[in-house]
Amino acid sequence: MKCDIILAGVGGQGILSIATILGAAALRDNLHLKQAEVHGMSQRGGDVMSCLRLSSSPIASDLIPTGKADLIVALEPMEALRHIGWLSPQGRVVTSTVPFVNIPNYPDREKILGLLSRLPNVTAFDMEEVAKAKATLRASNMVLLGAAAPYIDLSPEKIEAGIETIFSPKGEKMVQTNIAAFRAGREIALSLQ
Amino acid sequence: MNENKPTDHSASKVMKLLLGDEALALGAINAGLSGAYAYPGTPSTEILEFVQADPTARERGLHSHWSSNEKTAVEEALGMSFCGKRSMVSMKHVGLNVAADAFVNSAMTGANGGMLVISADDPSMHSSQNEQDSRFYARFAMTPCLEPSSQQEAYDMAAYGFGLSERLRIPVMVRLVTRLSHSRAQVATENIAAPENDLTYPANPRQWVLMPGNSRVRYRELIADQAKMEEESANSPFNRLTGGENSSLGIIASGIAYNYVMECFPEGCPFPVLKISQYPLPKRLISELFAKIDRVLIAEEGQPVIEEMLRGLLDTPSRPILGKLDGYLPRTGELTPDSVMEALVKAMPSLKTDIEEKVDNAIASMREELKELVVARPPALCQGCGHRDVYAALNAALENYSNPKVFGDIGCYTLGWLSPFNAIDTCLDMGASITMAKGAADAGQHPSVAIIGDSTFTHSGMTGLLDAINEDTPMTVIISDNLTTGMTGGQDSQGTGKLEQICLGLGADPSHVNTIDSLPKTFEEMKALFLKEFDHKGLSVIVARRECIQTARRHAKKG
Repeated sequence: MKCDIILAGVGGQGILSIATILGAAALRDNLHLKQAEVHGMSQRGGDVMSCLRLSSSPIASDLIPTGKADLIVALEPMEALRHIGWLSPQGRVVTSTVPFVNIPNYPDREKILGLLSRLPNVTAFDMEEVAKAKATLRASNMVLLGAAAPYIDLSPEKIEAGIETIFSPKGEKMVQTNIAAFRAGREIALSLQ
Repeated sequence: MNENKPTDHSASKVMKLLLGDEALALGAINAGLSGAYAYPGTPSTEILEFVQADPTARERGLHSHWSSNEKTAVEEALGMSFCGKRSMVSMKHVGLNVAADAFVNSAMTGANGGMLVISADDPSMHSSQNEQDSRFYARFAMTPCLEPSSQQEAYDMAAYGFGLSERLRIPVMVRLVTRLSHSRAQVATENIAAPENDLTYPANPRQWVLMPGNSRVRYRELIADQAKMEEESANSPFNRLTGGENSSLGIIASGIAYNYVMECFPEGCPFPVLKISQYPLPKRLISELFAKIDRVLIAEEGQPVIEEMLRGLLDTPSRPILGKLDGYLPRTGELTPDSVMEALVKAMPSLKTDIEEKVDNAIASMREELKELVVARPPALCQGCGHRDVYAALNAALENYSNPKVFGDIGCYTLGWLSPFNAIDTCLDMGASITMAKGAADAGQHPSVAIIGDSTFTHSGMTGLLDAINEDTPMTVIISDNLTTGMTGGQDSQGTGKLEQICLGLGADPSHVNTIDSLPKTFEEMKALFLKEFDHKGLSVIVARRECIQTARRHAKKG
């Protein structure tokens, strides 16, 4: 098993929590894992990217070579496109369609979504809407994790256990809210297949 | 105890998912650390933060407070080492400039208890003002340097480094880079922490008093010890020459560059590879490699340290060398698996395999549109940040001056250079706002304004302020106080609650030391205060205060 994932978003959106949860799940599965993330200056509302590599055999590089990523998982459509050069020809993009506009020159949303739709393997929907309906807006990142789950070789139960590990210090209600968001995201992704 | 044996990762170990920074910190705690010292700086901050949160460290009461700056941190760690205890000090690469006096001279005093000086470099300048390579400092000070290539090595090198430091009686540098500091992987760790060292004093007390007579003796010893250090490197478990049947090319790969080389050869590297993770460079291993191969590619993260040494001034090595100085690898920015692959293909065109294939047609056809649709998203000051209000009022106050100059500093407020504020004219190093504003005022500049954060002020601003106070230089110093070290994530700031006292204690005129809240509603008040102090023909200090919105949120949650 080998799964190279690019996680992308805007600083503060909760991209790194996804990496932490998948990391906890992978550790339970005795998989090898490397996850390079960005701290410091980039977190002040700038673009954030993390390389997450899972494999049943040892992993050499912390960074994913371009053209080799199996998945791009993004909470923002322009950020999904920013890293598209990393995607392998068979790779998939899982992204929310909701733009995060914190710059004056944010491009036309329809053009961005149009470009995304030209990729062969895309799962894209409004994850904020799903999060609001099934959990809370803040759990959008767990909707995204759910939407990516069918394409990651880890059982949903193991990922849910990862969610529990991360959120249990914040109380059982937080755990349940985030698991609900995860399940909702996963269901929609499966229905779009 | 044979510390040169490779570490045994057997079943008694506990697997943990750790950042490179955290692995090194835990390795140190488990190796009997007694105290950790640091000033926050990306990508090194998580080292001390890990020690602060670690249960064993808390139970043992290990020192883990933040220091005022990197120089005080190195000296504090050296004092602990003097008493025979194991200490470590961590900083970002440019912090080592601040600590350079202490670090370089600590090679002369030597260490008693094991001492690690951890410097985290930031190639690609993700969060820094330059790409300087700390290995130069180790070479300059003539200390050994360890450069882990993985999180596991970072963990193992803590115990190994303490041992090395105690064998050679000298501080040992550990050089990290962003992609190791901030990358997570499984690490096999010990279950129990080794006991701390007992309090013991140096066997060679003269050496610790660096008066010329003592220093001359010690310097000869330090030079003589270089051979021992090199022998340690040649026998190091972290330096390895591995086979490879194809002798047309050899590879020297240091630190994490080794990983990028291995990434290119999932089935195993066909060329001999010399992995370097301990310095000084082991001449013996390099000679062995050179004897085997026709040419050598040098892959190292950062500046071409190994490459320049092996090329020499006249560039007449015994085997042709390929690397950063001849364009095989990029001279700037961090290495990537791609740039290393390109260098290998350029050196050995027969390696060209699927490079073209991997560019997806769908993506290739989008190139032009991507350029138009993917725009930069620069970082910005948070909504609700007091620095925003300071800049808004400052810009308004400066509006009617023809040539105002604002000297900036290092921290979140450096983002004030960006749109919409475009408020600062310079950013050099920690503390330079005050001293550059002074130099400018000395040159006749008016208004000459310095803007500095609270933590940067106590790091390196206070001494410069004393210069300005002593000459009553006509300039305005704004300390934008958010009660924390913001940019690195909100660590304790050493001057919290006493900034005004510090300024007054240094001798500032009390009638020109003012405090004001930096809020949207105090805009007019701030503007008026700035204008009033610009008119003062001497030094003014304005402390503009508002808690960092990030730490305020955290405090509110804890409630």
